[in-house]
Amino acid sequence: MGITFRKETFRDDYTFRNSPEHIRRFPFPFNEDAYMYAVNIEPHVVGPKGSVLENLIDVDEHYVAEMQDRALVLAEDPLRCQSLPHMTLAGWDLLELLMEQQALGYPEHFTLERNGDRWRWINRPLGIDDTFTFGDTSTLPYGPMEYITRQSQGDFCILDQRDGNLWMDAGMVTTQADWSLDFDIGMNFFEWHAPVPLAHEKGIFTRALKFLTNIQQGKPARRLNWTMTINPRLDTSPENYHKWGPDRATVTPDNVGQKVHLRVELQSFWRLPRSNGIVFPIRCYLINMDELVTQPKWARRLHRVIRDLPEELATYKGLTRYRPTLVEWLSKLDDGSPTSSGFGPD
Amino acid sequence: MSTGTTKLDVVVSDVVPVNELVTRFHFRRRDGELLPTFSGGAHVVVEMRDGDRTRLNPYSLMGSPLDTREYAISVRRDDVGRGGSLFMHRQVKPGLEMVISYPVNLFSLDLRAKKHLMLAGGIGITPFMAQTAQLAGVGGNFELHYTCRTASLGTYADVLRERYGNRVRLYHDDREERIDLDRLLSSQPLGTHLYVCGPAGMINWVRDRAAALGWPPETVHFEHFAAPQPGAPFDVTLAVSGKTIHVGEQQSLLEAMEAAGVDPPYLCRGGVCGQCETNVISHDGKFIHSDHWLSEEDHRAGCKIMPCVSRFEGRSLVLER
Repeated sequence: MGITFRKETFRDDYTFRNSPEHIRRFPFPFNEDAYMYAVNIEPHVVGPKGSVLENLIDVDEHYVAEMQDRALVLAEDPLRCQSLPHMTLAGWDLLELLMEQQALGYPEHFTLERNGDRWRWINRPLGIDDTFTFGDTSTLPYGPMEYITRQSQGDFCILDQRDGNLWMDAGMVTTQADWSLDFDIGMNFFEWHAPVPLAHEKGIFTRALKFLTNIQQGKPARRLNWTMTINPRLDTSPENYHKWGPDRATVTPDNVGQKVHLRVELQSFWRLPRSNGIVFPIRCYLINMDELVTQPKWARRLHRVIRDLPEELATYKGLTRYRPTLVEWLSKLDDGSPTSSGFGPD
Repeated sequence: MSTGTTKLDVVVSDVVPVNELVTRFHFRRRDGELLPTFSGGAHVVVEMRDGDRTRLNPYSLMGSPLDTREYAISVRRDDVGRGGSLFMHRQVKPGLEMVISYPVNLFSLDLRAKKHLMLAGGIGITPFMAQTAQLAGVGGNFELHYTCRTASLGTYADVLRERYGNRVRLYHDDREERIDLDRLLSSQPLGTHLYVCGPAGMINWVRDRAAALGWPPETVHFEHFAAPQPGAPFDVTLAVSGKTIHVGEQQSLLEAMEAAGVDPPYLCRGGVCGQCETNVISHDGKFIHSDHWLSEEDHRAGCKIMPCVSRFEGRSLVLER
């Protein structure tokens, strides 16, 4: 039995919703009642059945709608997908990784047939059946990175590793939490993280870079990051700030449940074998407050986390404007009873 | 985890003597599957079970990254080393089951380069075997300058000349042929990257001349695995694990820790990757630093040691392990 893909939108009428099964598998990012930065990196290994970690590259009920939304973003702004000239080999590495993982995890939806360099890729949800020569860009309708990331959920940054640093030299970025590939392209790890508050002082980026440059083939790693978004909009880019920024002023006690979304990024890190680069998929999961509070433990915990969040972080994450309204709304669902440890619902 | 890499169960599929010093070993997966893809310049760490002793030595992969049915390494026999190469030459036969690490690349091509200028000395030719194969497959621009003692010790010189013709220049010590390094480095087009692998003296010479001639440091790449050198035995106290260990003459400090059940992380075992860096709590004696990871300041300060290649002489040494 395959996935039933939802027909929904991430703009205009915002018909995006999570099914009850998808609410329970939501990657809730808080394992305790408070939040502060940490180098929360762990091995990216397969997790429990029914979780977003059941496969290392997750495909879910939003797949088709997300790919349609990506196509709309790219039609308006082709610079969301860029690859510097030396990154084509890494693009082939990524194409192989994503085809292999999607075919492995979801054989009813994806098939990869390889005969030497001659590959056939069948993507049933999107109605694609292409035969091409691996390594020969002229045999695909797009470059290898763009081709496969138009068929894979989440943003993808491909980092070149040289001079003891990582360089943002290619990417497909259409579902981002207010950052711009076009701005960051060609920057190194410290440059593109420069705007993040507090973490530099804690030495977090120096340690994180050391870890990432030592990621080895066959041993991917992952971490969770989070923010909040008003309306289920995937494309919250600086380029389109005028379209979504003002939404933050529209939150009222009556619409918190529908408008305010917790936005969680499952970030993973993989060494690419041919190019020796690193690919950094950033997979975005959205859940509105009405959906989230169907799990009482998550409601209590989220209340405490948002209430106690340091001011700098609230500002950086763009919560300032509606934080009081949200905390007030959540407080009614927090009876003060303890929460069990761990991420999952009770 | 004791290492940053996954292990591969392999079987030795072929052993080929190349010349009087060098033998090539081929590995295939025991389960018949393909080996992981790798990039030119990558190495694997080979586990050698020699009686009750385990040696872990890094060797560059020298086959084509385009063919992952098997891996190949070339091992130069070192009669005065610690015995790893002698073990490979004497004990390893086709059919032997061995364990190797996943490939790790600490000597990667810079794919931005308009041209790759490669300088090899002796057995330092092995990473270039894979890199040239990788570049040739995509029409990359490279030129290889290879120095060896004699023609008969010019490992793979014939193969390289046959494959790449004039893109390979050979220099034989016994014919007093020398690379005209300054001229070579001064006549390269903009966007050239320089790669050097060979004896320490050669690496230092090339790096010094490149710096003197104004090559930006990020365009100069070098691979130097210092094989651990034997030395006088010494005792070490490991404060965290509460153990006192003895480091034998033919053993590295890292190997002695592992033999005592203490597993610092590692990737290269040759003093370059930085993984096994260990803090010194106290010492009374003299360090013999052989790594390329710590700064000269670190070496002088005596606060850190790289146990994969460095040793100690003196009364007492306490490490944070």
